[in-house]
Amino acid sequence: MAKALIRMPTEAKRGEVLEVKTLISHPMETGYRRDSMGQAIPRHIVNRFVCTYNGQEVFRAELFPAIAANPFLSFFTVATETGEVLFQWTDDQGNIQTETVRITVV
Amino acid sequence: MSARRGSSLLAITLLLLGMALSASGQGPQRGDEIRAQDRRSGYSFVSPQTQAMQDDDLANPGFLWVLEGQELWRTGAGAAGKSCADCHREAPASMKGVAARYPAFDARVGRVINLEQRINRCRLDQQQAPAFAYESRELLALTAYVGLQSRGMPVQVAIDGPARPFFEAGRAEFLLRQGQFNLSCAQCHEDHWRQQLRGLPISQGHGNAYPAYRLEWQTLGSLQRRLRNCNFAVRAEPYPYGAQEYVNLELFIAWRARGLPVETPGVRR
Repeated sequence: MAKALIRMPTEAKRGEVLEVKTLISHPMETGYRRDSMGQAIPRHIVNRFVCTYNGQEVFRAELFPAIAANPFLSFFTVATETGEVLFQWTDDQGNIQTETVRITVV
Repeated sequence: MSARRGSSLLAITLLLLGMALSASGQGPQRGDEIRAQDRRSGYSFVSPQTQAMQDDDLANPGFLWVLEGQELWRTGAGAAGKSCADCHREAPASMKGVAARYPAFDARVGRVINLEQRINRCRLDQQQAPAFAYESRELLALTAYVGLQSRGMPVQVAIDGPARPFFEAGRAEFLLRQGQFNLSCAQCHEDHWRQQLRGLPISQGHGNAYPAYRLEWQTLGSLQRRLRNCNFAVRAEPYPYGAQEYVNLELFIAWRARGLPVETPGVRR
């Protein structure tokens, strides 16, 4: 789909609270605008974001047309075990962007 | 009587002193009346929330373009199949300070060009590839990536020698009253920068954050796009993208912003 930026610690102590920040490049076209010919521009937004930690869902968001272009999402989770944190954005055209970050828990 | 003569003598002396000062160019020149200690980046005129976006490289959407620019830097293009990195190697070393001294006079084309045009010269001459269009994602991405390498460095453009006539033309543009509102750049950004316009503070009109992510645009944009916005705002017809009038103006306002840190990619409202 597009470019995504993720920032989270890649090493943490068990039980530590982790701050996760994500930013993805997306036009977030609302569906309410018209082009210069008067034709409606179809809605094209990221409508769903899911974050899983070793397969377990830790954060999910539904997005709506009022959200600005290039949505920035920030949330917290707890370091439980060494493994993979998976980020997945889905948009109106069915594009799915997936990113993974490996985290080592000591 | 003698007291009166004394005061008129003093008045004449002050008048002559004033004339001598202005003749020797000691006083501030029109277009450059903001003292160095009062010079403030547009950063100080935006809300704390917008400042926070700029301060955190992950919250700053401009870095999506930087990321793309970094990839383009290493990607071969054109008939020559060369990438920027083939000649310039690693941008953090080779491009350090470059954006701080642009626009600059280019001997090959015989005029002052801005950073976007400099990148496109490399496209045409070195890569033998078609120039990127103004405001295209690619040109903004490369400009932001090159600009980032000068972040924090003071803006310092050369205005002497061959650049001088372009600089003076830029100053004339800055002072030119334009549009239905008949306003010059100086009337807002020099005379009234401490005040408010439609509830928002008027900035000093510096370009040190560009290309910048403007919340109003929902995208990264060039300084020329911003200048065109100002033209629209005073109901003047904007020049086309890449017009020499804008490049000259970019040179003049860069000189006006001398010493301010490069903030590319900045975030503005």
